[in-house]
Amino acid sequence: MNAHVDQDAARTGATRRELVVGTALVSGALLVGCGPADLLSVGAKTEVGAFGPFIRIAADGAVTVFNKHIEFGQGTHAGLAAIVAEELDADWSRVSVEQAPANAKLYANTLIGVQGTGGSTAIPNSWMQLRKAGAAARAMFTGAAAAAWKVPEAEITVKDGVVSHTASGKSAGFGELLEAASEIAPPEEPKLKSHADFTLIGTDRVRRKDSRAKSTGEARYTQDVKMEGLLTAVVAHAPRFGAKVSGFDDAEARKVAGVVDVIEIPTGVAVVARSTWAALQGRNALKVTWDESKAEPLGSAEIEAKYAEWAAGKGALPDKLKWETFETRGDAAAGGEGEVFEATYDFPFLAHATMEPMNCVAQVGGQGGTRLTVASQSPTMDQLNTARIAMTLPGSVQIENLFAGGSFGRRANFQSDFVAECVHIAKKVGKGTPVKLVWTREDDMMAGYFRPLTHHRLKVRLDKDGFPAAWTHRVVTQSLMKGSPMAPKGIDSSTVEGAMGSPYLKATPAVDGQVLMPELGIPVLWWRAVGSTHTAFVMEHTIDQLARKAGKDPVAYRLALFEKAGASRHIAVLKLAAEKAGWDKPAPAGVTRGVAVHESFGSVVAQIAEVRIVDGVPKVGRVVSAIDCGTAISPDQIAAQVEGGTCYGLSATLHDEMVVKAGAVERQNFDTYPVLRNSEAPTVETHILPSTNPPSGVGEPGTPVIGPAVANAVLAATGKATFRLPMIRA
Amino acid sequence: MATSLEINGRRVQVEAAPDTPLLWVLRDEAGLTGSKYGCGVGQCGACTVLADGAPVRSCSLPVSALAGIKITTIEGLGGTHPVQEAWMRLDVPQCGYCQSGQIMSAVALLAGNANPTDADIDAAMDGNICRCGAYQRIRAAIREAAAQSRA
Repeated sequence: MNAHVDQDAARTGATRRELVVGTALVSGALLVGCGPADLLSVGAKTEVGAFGPFIRIAADGAVTVFNKHIEFGQGTHAGLAAIVAEELDADWSRVSVEQAPANAKLYANTLIGVQGTGGSTAIPNSWMQLRKAGAAARAMFTGAAAAAWKVPEAEITVKDGVVSHTASGKSAGFGELLEAASEIAPPEEPKLKSHADFTLIGTDRVRRKDSRAKSTGEARYTQDVKMEGLLTAVVAHAPRFGAKVSGFDDAEARKVAGVVDVIEIPTGVAVVARSTWAALQGRNALKVTWDESKAEPLGSAEIEAKYAEWAAGKGALPDKLKWETFETRGDAAAGGEGEVFEATYDFPFLAHATMEPMNCVAQVGGQGGTRLTVASQSPTMDQLNTARIAMTLPGSVQIENLFAGGSFGRRANFQSDFVAECVHIAKKVGKGTPVKLVWTREDDMMAGYFRPLTHHRLKVRLDKDGFPAAWTHRVVTQSLMKGSPMAPKGIDSSTVEGAMGSPYLKATPAVDGQVLMPELGIPVLWWRAVGSTHTAFVMEHTIDQLARKAGKDPVAYRLALFEKAGASRHIAVLKLAAEKAGWDKPAPAGVTRGVAVHESFGSVVAQIAEVRIVDGVPKVGRVVSAIDCGTAISPDQIAAQVEGGTCYGLSATLHDEMVVKAGAVERQNFDTYPVLRNSEAPTVETHILPSTNPPSGVGEPGTPVIGPAVANAVLAATGKATFRLPMIRA
Repeated sequence: MATSLEINGRRVQVEAAPDTPLLWVLRDEAGLTGSKYGCGVGQCGACTVLADGAPVRSCSLPVSALAGIKITTIEGLGGTHPVQEAWMRLDVPQCGYCQSGQIMSAVALLAGNANPTDADIDAAMDGNICRCGAYQRIRAAIREAAAQSRA
């Protein structure tokens, strides 16, 4: 094994210094296979070695795990490091995490094929990869110890970073064996532990590694980047989607103390200054005129009306726009005896509204090459888009990945919109000068990339027992994938996931599910839980209304349908949640309960929400959740994601609504775009279904369930169903 | 024009224009980046610092208004404040971006009220948005820090 490493090109700053320190004893310690040639291999299939790029062990035995994913709150730091530490039998208290550089060959998401985080796949795609990496490294230590001590390798044990041979009484730490271990060839297929042998995974010892940094102000976000000679840029953006700069007068802007340049870029006019405040003052003094001839003419109200018309079969469809089938079975149009349920549901555009507005630091044209210092959710995409602008090779674009102040999907963008904007400015500034692009909250809201406005129309005919006999379903929403590098050949399932393949449709003899995906000038993007943000609401709230029509208990009604569909995981989580919530006992006085169950990103979540109606508005108290996410790596962080996902979903249920008027974003800050606050946040209990299946998603599945659970509780309290979100309109 | 501020017990000379919000002086001039920009209009609380012990939104406070006032930022808590320790023990942060502001609001609450009720906590913390939705743990950590301080 060649233990030599020259990874300087891939790393920067403190990380590089640590590498040098770490290489003092053994060259590169146990980091392999990451030479400069690999940096040019953008898009290559992943060929990760037995453990190479993910683990470094220092001379003192401390273990560093490289995180190929972004850490934006979802706990990859803890979860991914724990997988390695488990198989390596490392001392968890001496395991730390560093962000991996951009390298599509070494650090590709094994489910996506390029380096990136999305679809709640950070843990699922890394599960076998990091187990093997940890186990291979462990084998190198046991092999080295066996050779050094002349004892059978099978008799060697490893615990908390100490390698031991009981019979001879010999033991040594990882640090002591480092040099010898680095000479051992890693096994191709290392032996992995069985679940019964896990001592770390699934325990409450797996806790976040970044809570200290994030409780002291030391955690470094893009907004906090300091560099010698750093300039700050803010951009005057178009007032409407699709408008372009037609001219500008920068005389006054240039007079503002601290402003160094005013630059036209494709997305607007950038004011570059020595401080953030100077840049903002400069922008205030800038006069830009806009060409709005190609601006989006429509607003939310017109779009919603059009969608409703089309779904009702009224009005002609625009050219080339046609209905696409996502699920079909039998003849859903055929008549029958049973009752018919009809409803439409409307969902607004939603902003991600991360706490940290989008931003980026870029350097172009200097001796250091093209560099980004940014919280990058899709390093490969960001490399490609940066390279196109900076006219360089994608693999040569270096990225130092930082903590992100939230994303919820916003940073995984096919256009790398805010990164590209920063690179355009940095290219004009040139000479490798670091430029920090700062977006204000208003810039962030006005940039779009919303969860699409969506309309559903349903007609469900029941059989004599009150169960669905025929289900007709129309969805109108913008496609997220059309025209992107990830565009599917068939239907864009991200628009209908959660309805498509639903156990309720499986249990229905006749189904006619179709989706219409119009194109608009309002950019849309995945928003935590994506299609399920609306499909879960429609399916679960509809089911409750059907159960009422059938005169059946909502839990019993669901269980019967899940039985018909063979949805055993749904049954298990629903039973667990119902038991923990005491569904069979009366709710406290003044409280009604609502239930919902939904599968997304490979996991199934059931929630029972306890709701009081206070001044006509639902106040959510206790929320009992049950989740089947396969093997639970960090029960505490799974709970944290269910708690947080529930709040994110509840915010959209109660408050979030982006309003567009004539192609302009009406709501640009939290005063007009209210979101969930502390006093409205429920107390969420999370119960994890024991499982030895591979881990499935956790970051998103907690989000889509709370909305219908609350709507169902309101239905139980008032008899009124909810056909439009948010429930409280600003 | 130089302004003299007292930040975390130290006297700091800053060059910013008098109308510059304290937040940008802290971040760009004093090098204290723990306080965050989130909205710029005092709506989200990510920029919360203490002015003579009271929680204020530094994004909306011009430095000219701060003569003779003691400013405390997250960095000034030293990393061992009972609120910070409770935050770490309960793994409150997710993305972490709002947490400096959350912690400063919690510190101010507990300084004036050693045994806050749930309604007190709601009232004190409703100005701090957390989009990750760590609210439940924020409340639990405040209760724990309060219990710790009374013990």
